[in-house]
Amino acid sequence: MTEPGELVVPIKADVDVLTVRQHARSLVSGLRFSSSELTLIATAISEVARNIVIYAGRGEIVLRLVQQGKRRGLAVIARDQGPGIADIERAMQDGYSTSRGLGLGLPGSKRLMDEFEVVSEVGKGTQVTMTKWER
Amino acid sequence: MRASILKQSKFLIASVQGSMTDADLVQLREELSAGVRRYRSIGVIVDVTMLDVMDSFAVRTLRGIAQMVKLLGAECIVVGIQPDVAFSMVQLGLTLEGTMTALDLEDGLDLLKARDGGEAARHD
Repeated sequence: MTEPGELVVPIKADVDVLTVRQHARSLVSGLRFSSSELTLIATAISEVARNIVIYAGRGEIVLRLVQQGKRRGLAVIARDQGPGIADIERAMQDGYSTSRGLGLGLPGSKRLMDEFEVVSEVGKGTQVTMTKWER
Repeated sequence: MRASILKQSKFLIASVQGSMTDADLVQLREELSAGVRRYRSIGVIVDVTMLDVMDSFAVRTLRGIAQMVKLLGAECIVVGIQPDVAFSMVQLGLTLEGTMTALDLEDGLDLLKARDGGEAARHD
């Protein structure tokens, strides 16, 4: 069951990268994000969604409205059952990439959001959880 | 494809739509290289005014387009990067180093014409 304020978007092709971005924009339309923050969120989502398409082939992104006291925010959980990341520390360094990327996906997304966490196990998959809070 | 390419005298102007898939961007690259050869264009403008997000793939493809156009002997200018998008690119660590940029289409065309004029003057 999906709760209100939560959306699960399947990711399996590059067009889904656009779809999940659009869903996120409409989900947070009631929150006080500036247009600049909305662009940061959309860009970070784009990066993690693209990682799913490139490395795992398929996966899903959960978009969830969250609240901490009076602060509201958007949590983005990107998960897949792909190959996983062997060396997360290295993957979090700028310029490190095992594919055709620029190697900015994960470290870059971390800079765009307020909270960021990667959990990964080789052969099992990867889960990226990131949150952006209202100012 | 979600980009339109317009030929204006010696220049090609590609207008990118709001949301481009990876396939759209790759197709734009192919159509621009074919266009430069077919029309013997000396300048290409890629107008990204409508682009709401520029992630690492989009930036890499744009860089690739610019480098490819240069190798074909033409100039390439990316115009219309929105301030929000520029801010996000900087945070992400993305640059368009080696690629000419201009505020908007008008400035981009002026820049191309000035460079064309400069070339012509040197040849006199």
